[in-house]
Amino acid sequence: MTARGFWPALPALILLLVFFLFPVVRMLGFSVEAGTLDWYAKALGEGLYLRVFWNTFEIALLVTLVCLLLGYPLGYLMATTTPGWATFGFICVLLPLWTSVLVRTYAWMVLLGRNGVLNRTLMESGLTTDPLPLLHNFTGVLIGMVHVLLPYMVLPIYGAVRRVDPAIPAAAAGLGASSARIFWRIYLPLTLNGIFAGSVLVFVLSLGFFITPALLGGGRVMMIAVLIEQQVRETLNWPFAAALSAVLLVFTFAVYALAQRFTQPEATR
Amino acid sequence: MSRRLLVAVCALIYFFLMLPLLVVFPISLSSAPYMQFPPPGFSWQWYERYLDDPQWIDATWRSLYIGGATAVLALLLGVPLAFSLVRARFRGRALLDRLALAPIIVPTIILSVAIYGLFAKLKLIGTWYGLVVAHTVLALPFVVLVIAAGLRDFDRSLEQAAEGLGASRWKTLMRITLPLLRPSLVSAGLLAFISSFDEVVVALFLAGANMTLPKKMFDNIMMEIDPTIAAVSVMQILLVSVVLVLIGRFGRGLRDSAR
Repeated sequence: MTARGFWPALPALILLLVFFLFPVVRMLGFSVEAGTLDWYAKALGEGLYLRVFWNTFEIALLVTLVCLLLGYPLGYLMATTTPGWATFGFICVLLPLWTSVLVRTYAWMVLLGRNGVLNRTLMESGLTTDPLPLLHNFTGVLIGMVHVLLPYMVLPIYGAVRRVDPAIPAAAAGLGASSARIFWRIYLPLTLNGIFAGSVLVFVLSLGFFITPALLGGGRVMMIAVLIEQQVRETLNWPFAAALSAVLLVFTFAVYALAQRFTQPEATR
Repeated sequence: MSRRLLVAVCALIYFFLMLPLLVVFPISLSSAPYMQFPPPGFSWQWYERYLDDPQWIDATWRSLYIGGATAVLALLLGVPLAFSLVRARFRGRALLDRLALAPIIVPTIILSVAIYGLFAKLKLIGTWYGLVVAHTVLALPFVVLVIAAGLRDFDRSLEQAAEGLGASRWKTLMRITLPLLRPSLVSAGLLAFISSFDEVVVALFLAGANMTLPKKMFDNIMMEIDPTIAAVSVMQILLVSVVLVLIGRFGRGLRDSAR
């Protein structure tokens, strides 16, 4: 098939141009409507807003790190266990993934609140005397975001571990390598692509998070997406919201483009 | 030895993943007038309150048909797009590939605000079809990913055989290609449905007074934590479970598309 094969894509292309590319470009245009870069100067020059960007970056980095620490063991176990347990693992990963973010956020509010399930349990068992501050702060946002994003880390790592030829670790073990050595010398280097893909995805998705910080942060954890929403809905400051969006978008794409440069194309595809 | 440690660590992580889903079940059946854990007694009151409130029921129906329409539209547009991307060679194909997947990468808040700006001008805020169009943009990448994965594994000699025996291209498509792709089509359609049914950020901006289920839930969470939400959550979790079972039974395994 040659150029003729393009035509089936046309209706989808029109949808994407009219209802995706055009509105986004149009909105970003508001930021320079006055013919100056003043709104960008405000977004990147004022300490208050710079802090929000920095906060967002920090949270995204931390969420990515925690997801990696939890996601690697899980992906590794799921890829190396029996088919039955692997299915169990998939249920535990996919069921939360497709459950509404709102349901999960609500559940975390119930779990983490001052009178929530966790604080009750901790106090009744005598482990703590006062309720721990778990909600409406950084901790709450971190827990909620890790929960939402962990599946995006587990799935690529699972895929990468699956692609490791089991004969290699078996040979190493036969030659007397310890399981720690097998991990550091075989699994880790051979699954770097999966680690990288998962980390980039989690990091990029974290940058634009809205629902979790808005509800679990209780107004005390400001991320860039929350700020954009406030500018549009409360202050109706479209040009400034557009400038903030442009900065977020450029940063997101930069991370993504940088990541692609460092990924080797996989030979199997 | 270290394997046992790994299993113990993973058991904790599984618990962490499932805990929020499990905790809403007892709360939804609580007899207490407000959020209390453990529940002091059993009652169906929160389910009754949900079923008796026309606002909740309206929002549920609206989300169901918006999700259904989104799935249909996303399949109608996304399947031909995936065919072009996998099978055709034309200039700009790589660019189109990126454009089709971009709605996953572009933060949803930006997409929402942008479409909100456009729809406010076009007077499409609060219309169900406006929401369907916006949700289709978000669902399209899922459809393309799943169908493209199905097409890459496709054995084309079956199509060649059909055409060699004199079937027209159309007939080959309808009798050979699409039936063989059915598992991928089922998965893609169900994922598109769920992605719309769960979607809240776009709905916050575009739904206006016509609430979808997630928007109604968001407003309720903001105002009061009332266990009605727990009952709604339980039903939502059960619906997702049913969809995942359907995908496992009739669809192309999510495991294959996880790659």
